[in-house]
Amino acid sequence: MVIQTEGLSFSFGSQAVVKSISLEVPEGSIYGFLGPNGAGKTTTIKMLLNLLNPSAGSIRIFDMDLQSNRISILKQIGSLIEQPAIYHHLTGRENLLNRAMLLQVSEQRVDEMLNLVQLTAAAGKKAGNYSLGMKQRLGIALALLNDPKLLILDEPTNGLDPNGIIEIRELMMRIVKEGKTVFVSSHLLSEVEKMATHVGIINHGKMMFQGTISELQNINQPQIYIETSSSVDAANLLKRHHIAIGEIEEDHLLVPFTSKQQIGDINNLLVQNGITVFGINKQHKDLEKLFLDITKSN
Amino acid sequence: MKGFILSFRSEFYKTRKTLGFWGSIILPLAITLLAFVAIYTKSDKFVNMQPMMLWVQFSMISLGSMGTLLLPIYTIFVAYSVNNVEHKADTWKTLFSLPISRWTVYGAKYFYAFFLLFICMALFTLLNIGFGNLLGVLKPELKFNEYHMEKELAQVFFKLLLSALGILSIQFLFSLLWADFLKPMGLGFVATVVGVILATNGWVYAYLFPYSHPMAAMKSMIKEQHGPASHLDIDIFTKDVYVSLIVAAVVFVAGYFIVRKRSIK
Repeated sequence: MVIQTEGLSFSFGSQAVVKSISLEVPEGSIYGFLGPNGAGKTTTIKMLLNLLNPSAGSIRIFDMDLQSNRISILKQIGSLIEQPAIYHHLTGRENLLNRAMLLQVSEQRVDEMLNLVQLTAAAGKKAGNYSLGMKQRLGIALALLNDPKLLILDEPTNGLDPNGIIEIRELMMRIVKEGKTVFVSSHLLSEVEKMATHVGIINHGKMMFQGTISELQNINQPQIYIETSSSVDAANLLKRHHIAIGEIEEDHLLVPFTSKQQIGDINNLLVQNGITVFGINKQHKDLEKLFLDITKSN
Repeated sequence: MKGFILSFRSEFYKTRKTLGFWGSIILPLAITLLAFVAIYTKSDKFVNMQPMMLWVQFSMISLGSMGTLLLPIYTIFVAYSVNNVEHKADTWKTLFSLPISRWTVYGAKYFYAFFLLFICMALFTLLNIGFGNLLGVLKPELKFNEYHMEKELAQVFFKLLLSALGILSIQFLFSLLWADFLKPMGLGFVATVVGVILATNGWVYAYLFPYSHPMAAMKSMIKEQHGPASHLDIDIFTKDVYVSLIVAAVVFVAGYFIVRKRSIK
């Protein structure tokens, strides 16, 4: 495991913000760390970077204890937390050169990074005049400067347009192909589901789900989608026959799927009781819906 | 040590285009140039002055303005500007997640602020000596070249530098804790005014108040001498300077732990 935490907790005064989280981030993965705003994602990330000291629990990164191996661990991490930390009075290149000086990285690497994030043309422009997308890309270049084994990105696509989001997604996938690990937080599952290999879902400081994307799909129970002339009458009828209702909307209702036979039985029951069935089929919730259900269930 | 040097160099790199850095050059240049112009244009008024008194008169333009208000205010500004670079860019979290010890990052930043003050005081010394000698060449009737007080000038500005270190540590901590301009500058300014009043009125415990130290340092710089003064004897290590150094060291160390304890924003 690249990141392994046990019982990781953090409190601001008496308010518990992170509650006994056990993260497991495998090597070479893109780990999507998901949760609504205020769920405790940034606090967890700050603990992973040793910016905050946990109230309880342990953090192991690259199989080393973070507290006692802080410098050697941080040498192998690149990070971007919330908004990119950029000196606005310096140019993009100067921002990178300053960090390169601190990390003892060559100037050549600076130019490579500018090229990677497509900022070579704007390298001489003051970073304060960059667009949000350019600042974000510069932030990523800063995070990648020391060629880290682990890249920690906190909401890297915040405020980006769809093109910017796609660019960053492609960049992350390229990085993982080089054998690196990416830990990326987001409040939108749709943003990471296309690239993440693993997912952790956190809400109110608690880990609600952790596993691979396919494991997340597996807990996604299929349902029967029924469109009738009257959703209310249909729901009442099914209830009288002890069939659980998942969701009622004006134009459709959802019933948990158990078997194909059940679909036929429900169809017969509705038709025999004078309810016209416009459509009935088995379907999966989309992941976004599932994510909302998981975070709401807390 | 390597981390300290890298961090120190980075501080220079970051601030080399800011007023905080240029202030340490412009301030002594502007004041000594002003003193030079004042003496040069009104040279007839100083023709009959003794060479030693001429030097004192000339250097007191810098010393007087620095010792009263300018040095504490400039120190407050330096402390603010080196920290403000990080507040403005929201870079504390990045600085403290670098593979460099936190002590090193904090220490390099503090010593860079000290370095700016040092540059300022060193330039005051050099420019006073330079302009004084230049006056001697351009206006030979002023007998600047008949007396030399390079050593004394260096001692006085060194004493002023030491006397400002207590303020530097306190203001450095304030500027670390508060991102805005008004709190550290406002508090510092009020404390400076109080300090000047206490020191001017000769309050017996003024030497214990860091913001009185530059003024107190000016008052205590000349050793008591008997008989006619043919040369100046500078007393650097007076009790106000010792208190300034102690306050500087204690607040510097305590500041690290206060900052460490506070969460990185």
